[in-house]
Amino acid sequence: MEEANVHDEGCRSAERRLSTLGRHLSGQSPSSAASRASLMASENPNGAIAPSPTAGFYGGSVFAHVVKAPEDPILGVTVAYNKDPSPVKVNLGVGAYRTEEGKPLVLNVVRRAEQMLVNDPSRVKEYLPITGLADFNKLSAKLIFGSDSPAIQENRVATVQCLSGTGSLRVGSEFLARHYSERTIYIPQPTWGNHPKVFTLAGLSVKTYRYYDPATRGLNFQGLLEDLSSAPSGAIVLLHACAHNPTGVDPTLDQWEQIRQLMRSKGLLPFFDSAYQGFASGSLDADAQSVRIFVADGGECLTAQSYAKNMGLYGERVGALSIVCSSADVAVRVESQLKLVIRPMYSNPPIHGASIVATILKDRALFHEWTIELKAMADRIISMRQLLFDALRARGTPGDWSHIIKQIGMFTFTGLNREQVAFMTQEYHIYMTSDGRISMAGLSSKTVPHLADAIHAAVTRMS
Amino acid sequence: MASRAAIYRGMMWKGRSWAIGSRSMSSWWSNVEPAPKDPILGVTEAYLADPSPHKVNVGVGAYRDDNGKPVVLECVREAERRIAGNLNMEYLPMGGSIKMIEESLKLAYGEDSEFIKDKRIAAVQSLSGTGACRLFADFQKRFLPDSQIYIPLPTWANHHNIWRDARVPQQTFRYYHPESRGLDFASLMEDFKNAPNGSFFLLHACAHNPTGVDPSEEQWREISHLFKVKNHFPFFDMAYQGFASGDPERDAKAIRIFLEDGHLIGCAQSYAKNMGLYGQRVGCLSLLCEDEMQAVAVKSQLQQIARPMYSNPPLHGAHIVSIILSDPDLKSLWLKEVKVMADRIIGMRKALRENLEKLGSPLSWEHITNQIGMFCYSGMTPDQVDRLTNEFHIYMTRNGRISMAGVTTGNVAYLANAIHEVTKST
Repeated sequence: MEEANVHDEGCRSAERRLSTLGRHLSGQSPSSAASRASLMASENPNGAIAPSPTAGFYGGSVFAHVVKAPEDPILGVTVAYNKDPSPVKVNLGVGAYRTEEGKPLVLNVVRRAEQMLVNDPSRVKEYLPITGLADFNKLSAKLIFGSDSPAIQENRVATVQCLSGTGSLRVGSEFLARHYSERTIYIPQPTWGNHPKVFTLAGLSVKTYRYYDPATRGLNFQGLLEDLSSAPSGAIVLLHACAHNPTGVDPTLDQWEQIRQLMRSKGLLPFFDSAYQGFASGSLDADAQSVRIFVADGGECLTAQSYAKNMGLYGERVGALSIVCSSADVAVRVESQLKLVIRPMYSNPPIHGASIVATILKDRALFHEWTIELKAMADRIISMRQLLFDALRARGTPGDWSHIIKQIGMFTFTGLNREQVAFMTQEYHIYMTSDGRISMAGLSSKTVPHLADAIHAAVTRMS
Repeated sequence: MASRAAIYRGMMWKGRSWAIGSRSMSSWWSNVEPAPKDPILGVTEAYLADPSPHKVNVGVGAYRDDNGKPVVLECVREAERRIAGNLNMEYLPMGGSIKMIEESLKLAYGEDSEFIKDKRIAAVQSLSGTGACRLFADFQKRFLPDSQIYIPLPTWANHHNIWRDARVPQQTFRYYHPESRGLDFASLMEDFKNAPNGSFFLLHACAHNPTGVDPSEEQWREISHLFKVKNHFPFFDMAYQGFASGDPERDAKAIRIFLEDGHLIGCAQSYAKNMGLYGQRVGCLSLLCEDEMQAVAVKSQLQQIARPMYSNPPLHGAHIVSIILSDPDLKSLWLKEVKVMADRIIGMRKALRENLEKLGSPLSWEHITNQIGMFCYSGMTPDQVDRLTNEFHIYMTRNGRISMAGVTTGNVAYLANAIHEVTKST
């Protein structure tokens, strides 16, 4: 059926082409097209303008049938926000940290590292190895697994630099699709919008497990355990290491332990997405606990790390994929196969961001300063949560809003429905995704009251 | 540390006994075979491991100055000075830096290109040349699933990997003529003719890798004409614009000929070599469409392929390119620096050939100066290459490809002598 459509499109475009050329030759249109047409007429040995019988698209584009892709739902929010002239507009769609003044932030340690790199005349821009910057890889593994992790000391970890979290997930899942016996990955319901596409394009099939409970605005732990229990042995399971996106709902440490036991007993393979280490609670170690208890039991897992948020390196695309293996020998072979995934994708990863990260992680003073700046970002977000919660309480807004302070990380799943969200956008110029997710990073003490007013109005005027 | 490890081991055993039936020490990955080393990048690895003071690396295609050192262009250093401390690191759009794309299109399609004015080019920032080719291959697979790609014989080894991983079936077309070490034009044209109408062809816009053999301008015109008759799709991989002849406009000649002739081309551009931005991974993929609406649609779909691969492309290199190309002084500095690089290579070609001829080699080495760009297809066999490595510590890929960028006034005599030694009895 698709072939017929493509062919029809081709004939229609060929007809369009012919009539356009006809018009050109009779002198009705712009000179460039006319000269092109006459060039074709004079130099075409057949002397004809008719399409060759075997060419479906003579003169037309082979991609004429390509339709415009739908707007990205998240980026569409910012587009709409930018168009709005209202002075009180607030952008709560953006998944990037903003200061109290609503500005993007480049960390001081990053600026310092950047200066060091610029001022170092010996720095070159040569290709990195396929696996990326070696220092960066070692330091990243230490950061997430802990510097005293036995997996690292026993050389059982294969780490490759990738393009932020997305790139790490993609390379990891391509590897799984090629070398792992199970092709199904279970992802939480809901999850980051890009997750399903990444896994599907890598060749995995995607199923979901229950995660968010709208009634409590918290974790549906029973549902989660049930769904993972009924997953086939060996299936891959995507776990958000901390600060679940989009809900902000994380398991407790006890719950993580139960999840670990269940998964190990069923031989389920953990694939961690760690995009917010240090950014969630303010502590790098605390935010890595979920990953570390899995690694501590000696089992295998995959971990995708991103430095987009916790080092504010968003656009530099810095991340790492680590595969914890049961032996050093396996890790070596795994690394060699990861290279075969990477080489035909982009050959080797970008050097700049990884150099900044390595510079910071290996320097005691810079590292320490980073932890302070990181905590400041996390604290500002936590304080916005508190402010918003207090503001809603003060207004007597109906409903339980404690989830705002219970949820963690950049995002809050407010529980507001589509209609309420649309109302808030129209009447109060609040921009957020239609699933009710707000980015706490986009709030400031000045804008919290306005948001609270909007939520209050939405809840009281619309059910 | 030993006791901590013991504690952890204890914990591990405990962990296993807690979790009923948890996995034993066996691995999910026991069946994973060690992958073969990349033939090109493996060469540099071997070179680095060699302790010999005489070693020469003419393997990987990265420019070196006459002291054998990597070079960061002055225009790049200046651009970086302007960036550091001044620009933020927010996400680029999925399609990449608009500014960088604009400048890249001017470079490839011409400063005053009507196609740019008419907004007919769908273009996205890519992860250098590799990324551009991969985006195109994935796009080709998605929208023309029954199409194949014709790849020149020989070509950069990674081209085969790219289209293979995109699951686009490959064919080859004849290109290199071993006897003359030049272009096998007759066979090339025959293969173009015999391919079914509307086939997809990968063409090296200039400085063919690995042979250094390019069609002449006249030959490009004939190819373009034949492509029109056959309605073939030309996809240009342009990794060396400016780097081949020293003049970016001249190096884009093939593309301009095709554009004049009305082809709707695809083009992969890389700034790895011509701006020395290797590790920054900066490039651009463009597709010339029938009209603006089509270009918008195509670009949106290219973005859909990038999003689940890396979301959006890296910022730093894109900033560097934008700053340089949009500042007339920096751009003019860049043009000078690119010419210096190209000229040094051309000079080394001359020197290598002269040295070999002076040594009284029985073979013809004309091809060294006939070929263009970073690489010289020497014509040496894998066995001869192995001898070069084992006896003389000279590192190159086993197809006999010499990266002229690795040749210096300091090592050209040694290199010529070694080549003479292993080929004189041919």
